[in-house]
Amino acid sequence: MANLKELSKNPERLTGGHRLCAGCGAGIVARQTLIAAGSTPVVITNATGCLEVSTTVFPYTAWKDSFFHSAFENSAATCSGIETAYRSLKAQGKIKDDIRFITFGGDGGTYDIGLQSLSGAMERGHRMLYICYNNEAYMNTGIQRSGATPKGAHTTTAPAGKVRQGKEQNKKDLTQIMIAHDIPYVAQAYVGNWNDFITKVQKALAVDGPSFINILTPCRLGWAYKPEDTMLISRLAVETCVWPSFEVENGVYKINVIPKEKKPVIEFLKLQGRFKHLFRSDNAHILETIQKGVDEKWDLLQRRSAVGCRA
Amino acid sequence: MIKTVYSKGKLVAKTGNEVVAEAMRQIEPDVVAAYPITPATEIVQIFSQFVADGIVKSEYVAVESEHSAMSATIGASAAGARAMTGTSSQGLSLMWEMLYIASGLRLPIVMAEVNRAISAPINIHGDQSDTMGARDAGWIQIYSENSQEAYDNMIQATRIAEKAKLPTLVTTDGFIISHCMEVVETYPDADVKAFIGKYEPERYLLDIKKPYTLGSIDLQDYYFEHRYQLAQAMRNAKNIVLDVAKDFEKTFGRKYDLCEKYMLDDAEIAIAVIGSTAGTAKVVVNELREKGIKAGLLKIRVYRPFPAEEIAKDLAHVKAVAVMDRADSCSGAFAPVYSDIVASLYASGVTNPKVVNYVYGLGGREINTGHIIGIYEMLCKIASGTEKSSNKVEYINVRIK
Repeated sequence: MANLKELSKNPERLTGGHRLCAGCGAGIVARQTLIAAGSTPVVITNATGCLEVSTTVFPYTAWKDSFFHSAFENSAATCSGIETAYRSLKAQGKIKDDIRFITFGGDGGTYDIGLQSLSGAMERGHRMLYICYNNEAYMNTGIQRSGATPKGAHTTTAPAGKVRQGKEQNKKDLTQIMIAHDIPYVAQAYVGNWNDFITKVQKALAVDGPSFINILTPCRLGWAYKPEDTMLISRLAVETCVWPSFEVENGVYKINVIPKEKKPVIEFLKLQGRFKHLFRSDNAHILETIQKGVDEKWDLLQRRSAVGCRA
Repeated sequence: MIKTVYSKGKLVAKTGNEVVAEAMRQIEPDVVAAYPITPATEIVQIFSQFVADGIVKSEYVAVESEHSAMSATIGASAAGARAMTGTSSQGLSLMWEMLYIASGLRLPIVMAEVNRAISAPINIHGDQSDTMGARDAGWIQIYSENSQEAYDNMIQATRIAEKAKLPTLVTTDGFIISHCMEVVETYPDADVKAFIGKYEPERYLLDIKKPYTLGSIDLQDYYFEHRYQLAQAMRNAKNIVLDVAKDFEKTFGRKYDLCEKYMLDDAEIAIAVIGSTAGTAKVVVNELREKGIKAGLLKIRVYRPFPAEEIAKDLAHVKAVAVMDRADSCSGAFAPVYSDIVASLYASGVTNPKVVNYVYGLGGREINTGHIIGIYEMLCKIASGTEKSSNKVEYINVRIK
C-alpha cells in the first residue's frame, strides 16, 4: 500500500500546463505513475495519441523526465531499444544510474495496431512497465471503435443507428492476453483509486522483467459525460464489475477491490452518452446481454483468484 | 587482380554477408536489432553468433518484425547507443514508416541493406526496388559494387552517419554480392576502431541529468523548418561523405568518391549504373576500348545525397548515355535513376548527351556482358545519328508480348 504522506514528498514530474481536456483520465494516469516512481530516474516512451500530442507541443513539454515518441504502434518496440541500449551502456560502464522504463499507450495503440510490438517486447523480457491508458476507443482521431470498445458503445465507426446499436462485438480481453505471456506482473487498475494504482505501479517497477498495467481511463469527450464525473464513472466501473481491479503476480491472481455490493451495470452505463441508445425500450435485450457478460467474467475472475489458483 | 593496398590488411575469402557482418563486428555497435529476411539473414545471424560467443560487447535484440527492428534501433539510437540493423526487400518496406522517423529525428543509425525485389509476385532475388522505394526517406544511401566496397562502405557509413546526423544505409545486391564469395582485404580491428572513433552524442535520453523530450508534435509553426533542416542536412552530407572518403583513403589506401568514373574522361558513349552491374559493365568497357570504341562508365556510389552537379559535369562531354535502372518506378514515364540524372543534366544546363533509359535485372533476371554490349552498340548508333534515341524506357532481357 502506498503511503500518502510519503507520496506527498515525491516530486511532480508531469507539469501543469499540458493541453489535455478538463477531466481527462490520461493526465491523472501519467501524473500518478510518475509520483509512484518517486525519485527513481525514468525514461518514458509514448505511443501516438492524446497523451503524447497534448503534452509535447513543440517547443514545449510537460515532461520533466526524458520522453520519447516515435510512432503509433511501436512504443513497446521503441522502449525495447531504449532499455537494451541502457543494458549495453551500463555493462560497458558508460552509464552509472539505475534507470527504469515506462511506456504509455492508449487502447488503440495497445489492443490493436500495437499488439504485435507489445507482445514481442513482453516475450523478450525487457524490463519495462507498459501502461495502457484504456479509454475504450481511438479518442485522438475522433472516437472510433477499438478492440477495447465494449459491446453496445456508440463510436463514430461503430455508431448507433437505425439498424445497428453501436459496437456489436465484445471487447478484447487484453489483460488475459498479457497474463498468457507469463510475465512477472500484470494488473488492471482504474482512475479514481490512487492507492490501488500507485501501489501497482510501484510493484510493477520493482519486478525484474516486463510488467503491464491496463488502467481504465475515462474520456469525457468520447464517453460523453460531465468533466467532473471522471472519478465517479471510473469507480462505478469497478463497483459494477465491468472493470475489476485485480493483479496477477507471478501467475497468482488477486482481486484488489471487491465491491461491497455489486451494482447493476446500468449504473455505470447510464451516466455516459455513448450508451444512451441502449436505454430505449427496444434495446433492453442488449443491456441484458451486457449484464450477463459482466457476470460471467466476474465469476470467472473470482474462481481464478481463489487461493492457490494460478494462471 | 586483387592487390593489397594496405600493409596491415588481411586477404580473406568471404561472401558479401560475411564481410558485412565482419565490419559490424569490428564496429561493435552497442545495439543491433533485427528480424531475419532473405538474403540479408546471414548478416544478423553471424552477428548474433558474435554476441553469443562474447566476441562483441553489443546487445542483440531479436525482434518480432522489421517494423519493430527499426523502432528498437531508433529507440537505442535516441537513448545514446551506436545502433545498427540489417534488412532487405519486404523488411525495408515494413520499416518504411520508421525510416522517415529515424531521419526526421536525425538519428545516426547504420543499416546493412541487401537489395531484393519487392512483392508481388513474391521474389527473393536481387534488384533495387527496395532501396529505390526508400529513396525519399532522408537516409544516406551508399551502394556497393562488390564485397570489398560493402566492407569499406560499412566502416565509412558509421562515421558519415554520426557526422551528418543522418541514418545511412549501405547496400549490396542480393545474392550477387550477398552470397558470392570473393577475396576481400580486411583491416585490423584496432585500425577500424580508431577510424570510426568513439560515439559521443550531444543529447541522449539516458542522460538523466539533461532529460529532454524527443519526438514532439510539430504543428504548422515548426514542422516545415524541421523538414527544411533535414533536407539541408542531406545537402551538407555530400561533403561529409567526401571528407570521410579522403580520410579512409589516407588510412586504408582505398579511394572512394560520390561516383566512380571508369574510362569516362574521353568517352563518347557511357553507361550510368548503380551496384554490382558496374563491375560487369567495366569488363565490357575494357573489351570495347580494345576495339577502339570510346566507351566509358559512371558508377553512382552515393545515391542519396544525389551527386547532381558532379554527374552533370562528368557526363557533359558524352554524346550518348544509357542509364541502367535495376528498379522501375512505374511512373508511366521513367525509372528513378534516369529521372534523377536527366534532371541533373537539365538543371546544370547540360544538353549535349542523348540519354536513354534501360530497366534491367528485375527479380534477379540475369544481366550479362552480352546485354551490356548490346546497350553500348545502341549508344554507338545514337551517338553517330544512325539511330534516334528513344524517349521510352527500354526493358532488357524481358519477354514482351
